[in-house]
Amino acid sequence: MTHPDFLWRNPDPRPAYDVVIVGGGGHGLATAYYLAKNHGITNVAVLERGWLAGGNMARNTTIIRSNYLWDESAAIYEHSLKLWEGLSAELDYDLQFSQRGVLNLAHNLGDVREGRRRVNANRLNGVDAEWLEPDEVKKFCPIINVSGRARYPVMGATLQRRGGIAKHDHVAWALARKADAYGVDLIQGCEVTGFEIAGNRVVAVRTSRGRIAAGKVALAAAGHTSVLAAQAGIRLPLQSHPLQALVSELLEPVLDCVVMSNAVHVYVSQAHKGELVMGAGIDAYNSYGQRGDVQVIEAQMAAALELFPVFSRVRVLRTWAGIVDVSPDASPVIGRTPVDGLYVNAGWGTGGFKATPGSGWVYAHTIAHERPHPLAEPFALERFTTGALIDEHGAAAVAH
Amino acid sequence: MILLDCPHCGPRDANEFHYGGQAGISYPTGETSDEEWAAYVFMRDNPKGWFHERWFHVHGCRTWFTVERHTVTHEMRDSR
Ligand SMILES: Cc1cc2nc3c(=O)[nH]c(=O)nc-3n(C[C@H](O)[C@H](O)[C@H](O)COP(=O)(O)OP(=O)(O)OC[C@H]3O[C@@H](n4cnc5c(N)ncnc54)[C@H](O)[C@@H]3O)c2cc1C
Ligand SMILES: [Zn+2]
Repeated sequence: MTHPDFLWRNPDPRPAYDVVIVGGGGHGLATAYYLAKNHGITNVAVLERGWLAGGNMARNTTIIRSNYLWDESAAIYEHSLKLWEGLSAELDYDLQFSQRGVLNLAHNLGDVREGRRRVNANRLNGVDAEWLEPDEVKKFCPIINVSGRARYPVMGATLQRRGGIAKHDHVAWALARKADAYGVDLIQGCEVTGFEIAGNRVVAVRTSRGRIAAGKVALAAAGHTSVLAAQAGIRLPLQSHPLQALVSELLEPVLDCVVMSNAVHVYVSQAHKGELVMGAGIDAYNSYGQRGDVQVIEAQMAAALELFPVFSRVRVLRTWAGIVDVSPDASPVIGRTPVDGLYVNAGWGTGGFKATPGSGWVYAHTIAHERPHPLAEPFALERFTTGALIDEHGAAAVAH
Repeated sequence: MILLDCPHCGPRDANEFHYGGQAGISYPTGETSDEEWAAYVFMRDNPKGWFHERWFHVHGCRTWFTVERHTVTHEMRDSR
């Protein structure tokens, strides 16, 4: 498929909109699409400071799954996965959504217990999940080294067969095309630099292309959300870190599932085109530098080679980083803010691609009705004061 | 790879260190509201620019120190 040039208009900003969405990544685009489709709200602009979906949407390793531990997370990620299952047809665009199965490996007794517990929790929540013993892992993914003498022995794995990957660019283009068809203005090269707040209500955004009045403003700016929220006088419990990934040269098909390991921080899949796509852990320190340290890549490749000795001669083509917004409980923040009319959708950290349709769905509902969608309610900002955290470090952490 | 200037050992590569987040967070004293407690536990600055932060020299002198680092350029000043 060639790069589609004319899937959406490229309009100049109008002076006012009912809803202004800040950030033209997957989440901003999905929000615009569902505002139009589910709620009939089409006087909407998506403002993107760079080019459409050039942020984390273009940088992620495209893994999709819903096998999270807690009820609240299972509900929102499973809602998203169900949307993925119908999305290519709905958007009339081949998203290359491939439910090839996602393995989460266990390398020690703690991992084994956590994995089995999560399988049971998933099943109680209606999420498909299986526990595989090492020989079953080998059968499912023949190129994995399951030798007991490996540095990180494979002691079993969880398997979600409905999990997989999708082509991130196609997802963005397809959402953009549909939102545009509903009349949503997708405005690139337009950076939001501040907010106008009257009383306690946001009334406009200031941008590199002038003032734009807004009935409501919805942040969907991933790693830059803290910077934006600070402009509105809001402090968020988020920290921004680089998250790196890399691709190899193109190979014949060798790996037909997704393999992740939380303990050794590597996740691997093979893209449709043939390159191996690998992700790492976050760089420890805060950064907006859009690049990470080489030792993170080294550690990730060492782990990958231990698990897949057949990759030892494979060459790396490119590495890159995105800036991810990490919250204290590894769960997103979705909902209202202390400023009326200003909404936040952030904290998806290392794992928000899989949430793209689900996130847009609940965020659009929250904005349209001025109160949280039931699936979003537990993810409100207030949880850091009430203490009702959704501690997903085990299932979210950095393995997507 | 970033280079950190340990006040005791001199410049060393970041591999030797553990990151400790924002510097200067003090334990709240006296009566603390839920909001103040939440701020103490969960809220940290996250600037795009200069940032005071703590580092621990794990594979060296094993002391904590503070640096000011620019979160875009990784320029450092003022290690102590
Ligand atoms: C290396 C890497 C691997 C990942 N792997 C996975 C994975 O396998 N599975 C998974 O589920 N998730 C993964 N993620 C996480 C996922 O990419 C993010 O959680 C998700 O993309 C965030 O939502 P978004 O798409 O809207 O963000 P983005 O695409 O980053 O969108 C935010 C947009 O806001 C724009 N913006 C910022 N500031 C302003 C401003 N002031 N004015 C206007 N626009 C602004 C940015 O330019 C950007 O385009 C990964 C992330 C990275 C970096
Ligand atoms: Zn030292």
